Amino acid sequence: MTVARALRGSYDVAVVGAGPAGLAAAALCARAGLTCVLFDDQPNPGGQIYRAVTNSPFDRGTVLGSDYWRGETLVCAALGGGAHYFSGASVWGLLRENEIAVSLGGSTRQIRATRIILATGSIERPFPIHGWTLPGVMTAGAAQILLKSSALVPTGRTLLAGCGPLLWLLAWQYLNAGVRLHAILDTAPAANWRRALRHAAGFVASPYLAKGLRLMFEVRREVRVVPGVVEIAAEGGGRIEAVIYRTARGRSERLAADMLLLHQGVVPNVNLAMSANIAHRWSEEQLCWVPCVDSYGSTSVPHIAVAGDGAGIAGAEAAEARGRLAAVATIRALKAEFSVGELERAARQSLDRYQRGRAFLDCLYQPALNFRRPRGDTLVCRCEEVTARQVLETAALGCPGPNQMKAFLRCGMGACQGRFCGLTVTELMAEARELPCAEIGYYRLRPPVKPITLAEIATLPADGAAVKAVARE
Amino acid sequence: MFQRLTRERELPLTIFIDGTATPARHGDTVAAAMLGSGHVACRTTAVSGTPRGPYCLMGVCFDCLVKIDGDANRQACMTTVRDGMRIETQRGKREYGT
Repeated sequence: MTVARALRGSYDVAVVGAGPAGLAAAALCARAGLTCVLFDDQPNPGGQIYRAVTNSPFDRGTVLGSDYWRGETLVCAALGGGAHYFSGASVWGLLRENEIAVSLGGSTRQIRATRIILATGSIERPFPIHGWTLPGVMTAGAAQILLKSSALVPTGRTLLAGCGPLLWLLAWQYLNAGVRLHAILDTAPAANWRRALRHAAGFVASPYLAKGLRLMFEVRREVRVVPGVVEIAAEGGGRIEAVIYRTARGRSERLAADMLLLHQGVVPNVNLAMSANIAHRWSEEQLCWVPCVDSYGSTSVPHIAVAGDGAGIAGAEAAEARGRLAAVATIRALKAEFSVGELERAARQSLDRYQRGRAFLDCLYQPALNFRRPRGDTLVCRCEEVTARQVLETAALGCPGPNQMKAFLRCGMGACQGRFCGLTVTELMAEARELPCAEIGYYRLRPPVKPITLAEIATLPADGAAVKAVARE
Repeated sequence: MFQRLTRERELPLTIFIDGTATPARHGDTVAAAMLGSGHVACRTTAVSGTPRGPYCLMGVCFDCLVKIDGDANRQACMTTVRDGMRIETQRGKREYGT
């Protein structure tokens, strides 16, 4: 499917990310006759939710579940519909007016697009426990990627820990594949149930209810689930050897372990949007930064929209609908003669349906304070190896925010560019300075939002003005 | 540790991890091929020299950096295997000129 078409210099629309939102947006824009380029940094289309759907090692069996195969239809609609798709294409900057810098096979190209739709999806929420950097400790999302794309499953003593729908889905998929799980350490606080019940009426009408109950029932029947876990630590020399946990009731246990798969929800992948100066807000419901968008995904930057989980977590089906809505607004702006009224109505109907009960899930699986705000020598910044104690002590010195903290600790200045420490730093500083997270703020993000080499920047074609700007007379 | 659900005959490619011939599937990323053949760790860190392995497998965490065909600091999870590819685990930071 990856057609290495020559990249044009300009397009009507550029879509970043080939998950459900990006695929749906690109398909619709192309159908309306707009020239559309679809960039995705992964080797195959589908995003993480439909990862490897076009080259799956599985037949349409029962391991992954039927929802997964929906991705095929989406991919076909986008790629068959005329959008120019580039895999392995890492967009690292939204530069001056409408310019996009994209890294393709080791060299960078700059193109222009009249409109840009960001569909950069979500990333795993940081899960900073003692030992989370040991080899053998991975995210549940990572383990699911190995399953989807390479049919790899864990052997030996495997523990899952955390909370959220993905954790249960992965456990269920492993059972389907015949994998034995040692235990699931459930970290969802019991108090979450009371808060979630206020939103129960919405969730009763959610399409996710029946599916979720079935998954949890089947998993609980087969696997030991330890509820009310409030502390987890991974131990080992060169790799994980054991997991020690403690429950709210004070029970603790040491379990020998070969793999520990962590998950406490996903959060929007905001780096590209933030680097383009799009206004963001702190979401108290989802405890993360989300771009400020209207009901079409339009942002504070006029020509850039954000669609899908990158604009707030709502799931794959909602992402698809939000991708269509971003495309609807784009088509109205660029090709008013193409009628989108009916498409918009259908997209809104689908969005309503899949957003029902989201408030219930947000409350039920809100990760516990203990697992968001680590203490002592637990690493906060994996790249620069900065501990929670260092962050708290620096905040106590009067360091006002995450950007000033960089100068003290290099926290957030490593290769991941804050993606696995930013939320933790915001929350720890908010706590230390007794301020809301919204006031503490986030790292100031700038392009390149992915590390690239100077050699690669040097591959950029230079026009006369660029040469004149730096060359001596 | 990880194992394949698919059978061995579906692993037609050979890559070399620190010199050892290792089978891989078409479409595997380097990280998947490493984890599938028992390589849980793939580098040591530049800061403290402690071992790390792939953590997120979607290009976010940069913990799976390895040397691929002589080119250091490559994300193993973002690189698809090719037959004959040479992978080396990376010790500390990238050396200049690699």
